[in-house]
Amino acid sequence: MKKLDYKGYYFIAPFFLVFAIFSIYPILLTFYYTFTRYEGYGEPVFIGLENYARILTDTYFLEAFINTWKIWGFNFALQLGIALLLAALFSDLRFKVKGLGFFRAIFYLPNLITISSVAILFSIMLDWQYGSINQFLMKLGIINDPINWLNSPFTAQVSVSLILTWMWFGYTFIVLMAGVSGISKEYYEAALIDGANRWQTFIYITLPLLKPIMLYVLITSLIGGLQLFDLPMLLTDGLGSPEGSLNTMVLYLYNQAFKYNNYGYAATIAYALFLITVVFSVIIFKSMYRDVKLSKKRGNM
Amino acid sequence: MKKKNRFSKPIIYILLILLAIISFIPFYMMIVNATRDNKDILMGFTFVPGSSLIDNYKTMMEYVNIWNGFKNSLIVSISVTVLSGYFSALTAFGFAVYNFKGKNILFLFMLLMMMVPGQLGLIGFYELNKVLGTLDSFIPLIVPSIASPFVVFFLRQYLSSTMHPALLEAARIDGASEFKIFHSIALPIMMPAVATMSIFTFIGSWNNYIVPLVVLFSPEKYTLPVLMGFLKGSQVAQNLGSLYLGIAISVVPIMIAFLFFSKYIISSISAGSVKE
Repeated sequence: MKKLDYKGYYFIAPFFLVFAIFSIYPILLTFYYTFTRYEGYGEPVFIGLENYARILTDTYFLEAFINTWKIWGFNFALQLGIALLLAALFSDLRFKVKGLGFFRAIFYLPNLITISSVAILFSIMLDWQYGSINQFLMKLGIINDPINWLNSPFTAQVSVSLILTWMWFGYTFIVLMAGVSGISKEYYEAALIDGANRWQTFIYITLPLLKPIMLYVLITSLIGGLQLFDLPMLLTDGLGSPEGSLNTMVLYLYNQAFKYNNYGYAATIAYALFLITVVFSVIIFKSMYRDVKLSKKRGNM
Repeated sequence: MKKKNRFSKPIIYILLILLAIISFIPFYMMIVNATRDNKDILMGFTFVPGSSLIDNYKTMMEYVNIWNGFKNSLIVSISVTVLSGYFSALTAFGFAVYNFKGKNILFLFMLLMMMVPGQLGLIGFYELNKVLGTLDSFIPLIVPSIASPFVVFFLRQYLSSTMHPALLEAARIDGASEFKIFHSIALPIMMPAVATMSIFTFIGSWNNYIVPLVVLFSPEKYTLPVLMGFLKGSQVAQNLGSLYLGIAISVVPIMIAFLFFSKYIISSISAGSVKE
């Protein structure tokens, strides 16, 4: 047991000072605002639980909640599917697929670019009449008439989902590859000797051993996905058009606060968002972690 | 069996190349369109660049000085990276080396706060900066990075596995002060880990959109992501070539930097995700 040494306080003091002022105090202040009506000028007026009552019956918030899940969910399923397929290909022992470094870099590139640049780029490329994507698809003969991507709720949500997939599948692939490289080669060699085909190797070796990594990817992606903001904000008019289909929870929060000056209600949305994130993270973690433990036990038997 | 292999190999490569094309083609479209004038862009897409690059540049610069946004983004991101690297190392050292009252509780508290999303305190943060008079300045973008819980956590883990206590004892016997020990022994040891985290910190700060959007009002102070949104809503947007060029200028330097650093960036993603 080392003896107590007060000198440590000097080293951590700047961190906790700034942390208290710029992180904790704003969080507490925001919590206080959830009980008030506050338009950004004058004093906040205490109104008790009115904001909480409002959010429970707010159909716009419910809609934003559903939109966020739809957009994130479709994107995540697709993204994970592509990344798993790629990981399976690159971990194949029968023949070494060449160019891992090159493909990793190229697949990861979209993730590196400022999301707002990506959003503006796609907002003009998805234009109905003049957008390059329609022009390109028509040139290839995939479609005959231009699609009005950002004008109908369904295609707008699909567009955002696909852009997210485009941005993130490379990252997920890199993370999964890191997990694959941690799996002992002996498993694959043994499978090869036993005559397992590629599909069996993937289902019985790669997939179960990747579960902890997939859990990590799932939770980080969920937390990021529930905070979806930049793309929906910049792709259309910033208000969630068409027909509110791109209205996500954080976009709703932003507009309530900085467009309509409802700081009190926006603060309540922030806390609701936090609560939702925590609840779903815990649920996913609990259910997946139990699975991981079970499969580990089974593996030992 | 052999036949099957011969078959599937080309298919795999075709698939990979197709995905690579999908990853890259929006950027290619952007670069091509940045060199074409409005009329050409409206007429249809081609794979060949046009000749209006300089005209597009002139039109864009009439409305928006994109290099200014570039400079602002650089100032903010470099400051954030340096501050977060240095102070996180300092904090990690404090947690790893000394035993003091409340140490475990403070560390646990920091870890818990790591889970809290950035938007939770956004409104309070805005109000705080209003009171402090720091709205429309870089202070709310830079100073909070002194407290970066994730970087501290990562560096502390790194430090406790790489730095031997005997090293510190030896330095103390030689009469070095505690801060001298930090600067001349611990900081150099931590440098590889600091560099790894710096890449993430820099990209994160460079791509940050919502905080600058909320705290900055003057267009000459806009960082690049905010400037992009401003560009779309401005007169430039009527000239598609110029708009494409503006986006290209915000994107191409990052792509070039990535060419040189891709190995480090990719290995740091792998290092950050796999904890076993």
